[in-house]
Amino acid sequence: MKTRRIDNYGKINRDKILSFSWDKKNYKGFEGDTLASALLANNIGIVGRSFKYHRPRGIFSSGVEESGALVTIGSKDRRDPNVRATTQELYNGLEASGQNAFPNVNFDLAGINNYLGRFFAAGFYYKTFMGIPPLEWGKGTAIWMFFEKFIRKAAGMGSASGLPDPDTYEHAHDFCDLIVVGSGPAGVAAAIEAAEKKLDVILVEQDSLIGGNQLAENDFDNSQIKNQLENLGIKIMTRTTAFGLYDNCVVGLLERVTDHISAPNVNIPRQRFWTIRAKHIIVGAGAIERHIAFNNNDIPGVMTVNASKHYLNRYGVLTGKRIVIATNNDSVYETAHQLSEAGANVTVLDSRTNFEIETNKSFEIRKGYVPYNINGSKKIHSLDISKSETINKSETIDCDQVLLSGGWSPAVHLLSHRGVKPKWDYNNACFLPSDTKENITMVGSSRGLWNKNDCIASGIAGTTDALNRLGISKTNYFFPKPGGWKNPIQPLYEVKYKKSRSKSFVDYQHDVTTDDVRLAHREGFISVEHLKRYTTLGMANDQGKMGNIIGLSLMAELLNKEIPEVGTTVFRPPYTPVSIGALSGRNVGKHFRPLRVTPMHQWNIDHGAKMIEVGLYQRPWYYPKKNETLSDSYIREASTVRKTVGICDITSLGKIAIQGPGSTEFLNRIYSNGFSKLQVGKARYGIMLRDDGIVMDDGTSWRLAENEYFMTTSTGEAAKVMSWLEELLQTRWTDLDVNVTSISEQWAGVSVAGPKSREVLNNCVDDSLVITNNKLPFMGVTSTFLKGNIPCRIARISFSGELAFEVYVKSDFANTMMDLLWENAKKYDGCLYGLEALGALRVEKGHVTAAELDGRVTIDDAGLSKMASTKKSYIGSAMRKRGVLKNNDREILVGFFPTNLKETFNAGTIVCEKNNIKGQGIGRITSVTYSPELGHWIGIGFVKGGLDKWKDTTLVGADPVRNKQMNLKVVSPHMIDPKGERMYA
Amino acid sequence: MIRINCPYCGERDHSEFSYGGDATINYPSLDALEKEWTEAIFFRKNIKGFQFETWHHSNGCRMWLVVERSTVTHEIKSVKPCHPDLQKVVENNK
Ligand SMILES: [Zn+2]
Repeated sequence: MKTRRIDNYGKINRDKILSFSWDKKNYKGFEGDTLASALLANNIGIVGRSFKYHRPRGIFSSGVEESGALVTIGSKDRRDPNVRATTQELYNGLEASGQNAFPNVNFDLAGINNYLGRFFAAGFYYKTFMGIPPLEWGKGTAIWMFFEKFIRKAAGMGSASGLPDPDTYEHAHDFCDLIVVGSGPAGVAAAIEAAEKKLDVILVEQDSLIGGNQLAENDFDNSQIKNQLENLGIKIMTRTTAFGLYDNCVVGLLERVTDHISAPNVNIPRQRFWTIRAKHIIVGAGAIERHIAFNNNDIPGVMTVNASKHYLNRYGVLTGKRIVIATNNDSVYETAHQLSEAGANVTVLDSRTNFEIETNKSFEIRKGYVPYNINGSKKIHSLDISKSETINKSETIDCDQVLLSGGWSPAVHLLSHRGVKPKWDYNNACFLPSDTKENITMVGSSRGLWNKNDCIASGIAGTTDALNRLGISKTNYFFPKPGGWKNPIQPLYEVKYKKSRSKSFVDYQHDVTTDDVRLAHREGFISVEHLKRYTTLGMANDQGKMGNIIGLSLMAELLNKEIPEVGTTVFRPPYTPVSIGALSGRNVGKHFRPLRVTPMHQWNIDHGAKMIEVGLYQRPWYYPKKNETLSDSYIREASTVRKTVGICDITSLGKIAIQGPGSTEFLNRIYSNGFSKLQVGKARYGIMLRDDGIVMDDGTSWRLAENEYFMTTSTGEAAKVMSWLEELLQTRWTDLDVNVTSISEQWAGVSVAGPKSREVLNNCVDDSLVITNNKLPFMGVTSTFLKGNIPCRIARISFSGELAFEVYVKSDFANTMMDLLWENAKKYDGCLYGLEALGALRVEKGHVTAAELDGRVTIDDAGLSKMASTKKSYIGSAMRKRGVLKNNDREILVGFFPTNLKETFNAGTIVCEKNNIKGQGIGRITSVTYSPELGHWIGIGFVKGGLDKWKDTTLVGADPVRNKQMNLKVVSPHMIDPKGERMYA
Repeated sequence: MIRINCPYCGERDHSEFSYGGDATINYPSLDALEKEWTEAIFFRKNIKGFQFETWHHSNGCRMWLVVERSTVTHEIKSVKPCHPDLQKVVENNK
């Protein structure tokens, strides 16, 4: 195969040969190549198949706007689909393959779709499934789901590996005075000006080299610029894309750290996701050359003019031998000249008739000519051209390449992210950026400046603007006027040729044709945003960087309006795709969220605990002996607590110190039950309501001293309660003299529960007299010492319903406390118990937790009416009696037994009346356990009307998810020791 | 990303804060009638433009702040502590 590489051109390093594979065949390229330039050099024209019609796709561009050369890079777990070959740097050993084709891009069986085009027209998905009668919800969905996988496979692009990503990604942060996006002449001028004025500057460039579009010039050398930037202390970030602008001058960057390296150091992240907080942003993102819509304008060999200039001068690749350039503007002539100098036979079709251009006559210019049809399928054979856009007299030119320039679109994307709408400029046939109040300035060709000196002037003006806005200077400045070509552009978006049934493409990747746009219009989609969604125009990887304006112009014509009246679609981040890996950074696997462990975490594990996640906390779940299952273990643990004694880590409960003269009044306002008469040395269970009268949380507060309380909250609501107390004190009750401090991390806690718990504690405290029934009655509190002079707080609080104590020590003493308690508990055949046994014990007692207090439940619903004081007002006291919360048919807390005591049931079961099993039923079961004490399964939950209404009626538990159904008996939630005699023992 | 200039910590990302709500509500006294409470907690204005709202510097100094923010542009005009006494202290230290 002959190479298209030519001598003495390009900035590639010809001494460094790189080998790579394309569709499993080996090829060679040079250091400095992109995959696209290496493929072109190796004469590979077809690099993919299009989305719907599976038409052969070649390389259209040399940059991020590429919508044809989307390929898959790498293999196995490093397979990366939909990579633009035009921005993928070549490295030794790179593996690349074509997409959306079987068996390969040269011979694709699905190419038949090309001839079935009428079935794949705009709105295909919607129409195909519109006919399915939505008789019932499930059925239509099932039909769609059945077909979906085939359609997605047929219309997909590359596919992900489906394997865990072996690479690492990093999140990084930086700050600066000025961030400059783009290192073309404008961006560089802005950065230098700013650095000279002592601003801290970051310069971001998506390419591997700085220079912007100057890299397409044959005599451009960026080394001097680079030195100057570095000497000024400017932070240069290459291979880095500013993918989005956000509020307050925050810029999102994606740095591709190792995507260009064959065997990267495993300790280096593949990509970095940067959040930059700047004071001012200058965007010099350049402009993107458009194509022109006409028949078969997608045949491999079609390219933008500027791209071929890049391939020639940067990569030393002459992309064609007999080249036709079709244009409507001046920007192509330098390229035409250079291509012909490099040995190509060049013809320029310029749609304009009246213009002057200086050339050396090395190529032919045909004024007033337009292309209207390409002949060829896998490559270009010839081009049909005509004088004037109404095709009458035509001729055919033999050629192997067609280069297009339908004008240039300034890259206004980043400004659009900030909600700034661009304005249409008739003179230059493009959207120009509008002004914004935010500290963002557009410079260079992104503000429609076509020549270099204007771009440099705009860069300096941009920095002056920034300095003025930052209050550093007050200097007058002006921006050069948009434009800069000698002859005006003549709008040319489409050349219509009605006689042919060939396709004329607007959006190459998504196969959106001019006919699709017209069809969408006929079917009533006249809003640009609707057009976009219906046809999928501009919704592919390139986001319409090349085709959007053509689509708009077609719509304008159909609506008999001007382009600005039709509007433009809003660009949203990201400017170019950002991998999910970069977004998640290090927050994957175990690091997905923070891990919280109690100070006795290792002690628990050393003593056989299996752990479970509760919120962020790791808590002991159960402590199996030898071959015990979870059930065996928790049933044994719960029985042991009821028989002798058990020890349970309860450190994860929220703990808050409440101090100050207003503390008692404060608690009295936030809890529904009275706290004003709680004596020093006593604790009380309390319920907090929200403003709207619903239960927020429950817990205990211990009065340690006249003006000092120790509050516990549930594990899950700890953070919320803390914020709530701070809010009340800082915003509503600013006269209350109270201080709240979170001390959850400072104290380690255990529950010692069971008939032998006092005896165990007797052996553990310094002075056993302080915990006698007299000195420490039920809900009594004492501050004392464990053996070894360890200060501790003990309260006689029971969640299990047994005689029980909560013991807290400073976190540093957690292990010592566990050793001491466990050593003594063993003497009474005690056990360590986990969350599962704790759950069993509390369900037996009908105690509610987060499963019941789910943000919909009132005090009355929870059967805790006696906890609502009638003697005082408190948060939620007015609202808890409002309308719907007073209804008679509210769901009330009850207990459930299976009618057949041998049966089991699960939490989530819906409670229904017999013969009326449907919908949401009349209640739900929230917590379920096997009760060792009762010898069968029990549950608690809610049912409309509560115990009184249903105690003599058999109800049905429906569990459609598990396909189960059982008869239920409604009982009191307090299934064991309802009078609490054991607690008071 | 909204940046909030906490009077205690300096300018920080909004992700360090938790949004509270309308800062202009005068909550009724605890013994007020249901009607007054309903008014205070359910009937809220949906302001287009600048509004006073509370933010909690939950991953910072834990102070509740009144932020004057535009609901259209996210522009922030002022940030003060919610507590009136602290507002005075901050004001005097300026
Ligand atoms: Zn703060």
